[in-house]
Amino acid sequence: MYQYDDYDRRIITERAHQFRGQVTRRLSGEITEEEFKPVRLQNGLYMQLHAYMLRVAIPYGLLGATQVRKLAHIARTFDRGYGHLTTRQNIQYNWPRLTDVPSILDELASVEMHAVQTSGNCVRNITADHFAGIARDELEDPRPYCEILRQWSTFHPEFANLPRKFKIAVTGAPGDDRAAVRFHDIGLRIVENADKERGFEVLVGGGLGRTPIIGEVIREFLPKRYLLSYIESILRVYNLHGRRDNKFKARIKILVAALGVDEFKRRVEEDWTLSRTPELELPDAEVARVSAFFAPPPYELLPNGADQLTGFQLGRDRDFGNWARNNIVAHKVPGYSAVVISVKTPGVPPGDVTAAQLDSIADIAERYSFGHVVVTHTQNLVLPDVKTSALPRLHAELSALELGKANAGKLTDVITCPGLDYCDLANARSIPLSLEIAERFDRIDYLNDVGDVSIKISGCINACGHHHVGNIGILGIDKRGEEFYQLMLGGSPGNDASIGKILGRALAQDEIVDAVENVLGCYLSRRDSPDERFLETVRRIGFDPFREAAYGTASPAAVE
Amino acid sequence: MQIIRNRAITDDDYVHVPDGGELPEGGKPIVTLARYVSEREALLAHHAFVGVRITSDKLPSDIPDLERLALVVIEFPRFTDGRGYSVARQLRQRYKFGGEIRAVGWVLRDQLYYLERCGFNAFELKPGKPLESALEAFGEFTATYQAAVDDPRPIYRRR
Repeated sequence: MYQYDDYDRRIITERAHQFRGQVTRRLSGEITEEEFKPVRLQNGLYMQLHAYMLRVAIPYGLLGATQVRKLAHIARTFDRGYGHLTTRQNIQYNWPRLTDVPSILDELASVEMHAVQTSGNCVRNITADHFAGIARDELEDPRPYCEILRQWSTFHPEFANLPRKFKIAVTGAPGDDRAAVRFHDIGLRIVENADKERGFEVLVGGGLGRTPIIGEVIREFLPKRYLLSYIESILRVYNLHGRRDNKFKARIKILVAALGVDEFKRRVEEDWTLSRTPELELPDAEVARVSAFFAPPPYELLPNGADQLTGFQLGRDRDFGNWARNNIVAHKVPGYSAVVISVKTPGVPPGDVTAAQLDSIADIAERYSFGHVVVTHTQNLVLPDVKTSALPRLHAELSALELGKANAGKLTDVITCPGLDYCDLANARSIPLSLEIAERFDRIDYLNDVGDVSIKISGCINACGHHHVGNIGILGIDKRGEEFYQLMLGGSPGNDASIGKILGRALAQDEIVDAVENVLGCYLSRRDSPDERFLETVRRIGFDPFREAAYGTASPAAVE
Repeated sequence: MQIIRNRAITDDDYVHVPDGGELPEGGKPIVTLARYVSEREALLAHHAFVGVRITSDKLPSDIPDLERLALVVIEFPRFTDGRGYSVARQLRQRYKFGGEIRAVGWVLRDQLYYLERCGFNAFELKPGKPLESALEAFGEFTATYQAAVDDPRPIYRRR
């Protein structure tokens, strides 16, 4: 993974020092809370419902064991003993004190981490495919470009006060988008042109929130050397012309929609022609320098472990067999597997990890996976490089930590926002609902039968739980002071991107999980074979049968 | 009135003249863009140093005869309005503007470093904010990643 040099260290250390001064000036009253707000936000510090929340950046989700131990230490020392994995591959702490935050930033800086630009109206953490570097379907590892973009975006002087937040995601796997690039302000796909040259397909204006939009291609092939200059031009057009009068209409997607993608592209290309400089071109040598940090670890030469894995899956230990089937992803190197650690433990909010678990995960990463761990946008962890032969021992160790659930990608692998338990924007609680779903459907045979399906829950229309792109999406709303939930079907974040649609009237807290179960029952009875996934059935047969199952009538008007 | 110019506190030698207000005889006026556009020839004939003040929704291309101006003043109606950063950078890089670029309005110490990197060299802080300690903002970072007005080379051409 990337190692800081003297420049990176200085910048991050000086930032921590700067923030200490800013907190002092806030406490002395020299700056008002209003003026302090953007300063603290760009250091990852939010004011939540009950307390401050500190969001720590995990660039493209990649962590080393030393960093994981530091995150555990911070949870134990400055918080209530746990952290929460977010849908943008970060971790957040829900209970830090303002006066402790400068010390937390110092601790983070000591392991080459920070909380820079994890909130506020600026370029946020750059995210990537969580199987980057190991996926069989990958054209090229996106992480070197993510790191180049991380450095470029960190304290970019021109783009620190954008109309609204700005999110960039990169994937190097053309066939399977695991980074949801079509739902980012800028999505980048590494592609190959007819001359076998590698470059980027550039998408712009995607996003969720109140106005879900699938991003559109504004450049089919951008040579790599223009990566930064082209992105600067996109951001400049947005910075100058994006709406600032209404925060709900301020994202780039609204500007792209208002201008039309052709006019937006024309403005970007015009600025790019006039503004780009030779200095800003990305030299091959820099790409090579950064790529060297992501060189493959020293893999052993091993026989292909596919037969062994099949043996595990069919073996007598059913817990392990199910885990080996559901949580293991094929690795590009023979004899190795990528392991998804489910952080969706029944009874625990999705994505919450304790300090003790983090410490153990660090040890496990060192013993099994070259010291690396990846945070996924689905609020799980990945051990990227595990010997297939070691899976039984690994599963036993993870199970002892209550991290051995065999539900990756399955019904109980729910994504949720923090909801009304923590967030002052929320209209409804989302965590209790996710816990109820986890409890209701916690039967492995049922999970395996239902197969790959995603449930995503947001506690308000800001959509932090990505409900628009859940195969089943649930949105919490407030109805005359009571919590209600809208049920949506048909969303997908990937190459087959689609935005879910509302099935019928909002449901009360004691109705919503029954409705989910009825929808799943409809799928099980209507799928044309056990191989047809939930989303495929929804797309094939339409909403009426599901509406009938959930509401007792197929008529849309009757369930308004 | 005191301002920060080129990282030092100094008396302002310009006078902000409201629309319809009297121009200082022989002095250095700052006028609105509207007044400049309508009285351009007379202004430039009578004053060796003319400053033009633009609101945050204006672009460099909205300012005629840019090369004859000594000063462009960019307003920050709120400290979160970031358009001025792009305007200043365009003025310096694309339009090669060599005069003073000044930030006025809701300008705070914690913006100075970024503003300077984008091409601003003068600052009128929000009234009531201390100038002396604000100068420390320029020295808070000793390294940068990006190409900007202060250095056209990104870090990968300096490392």
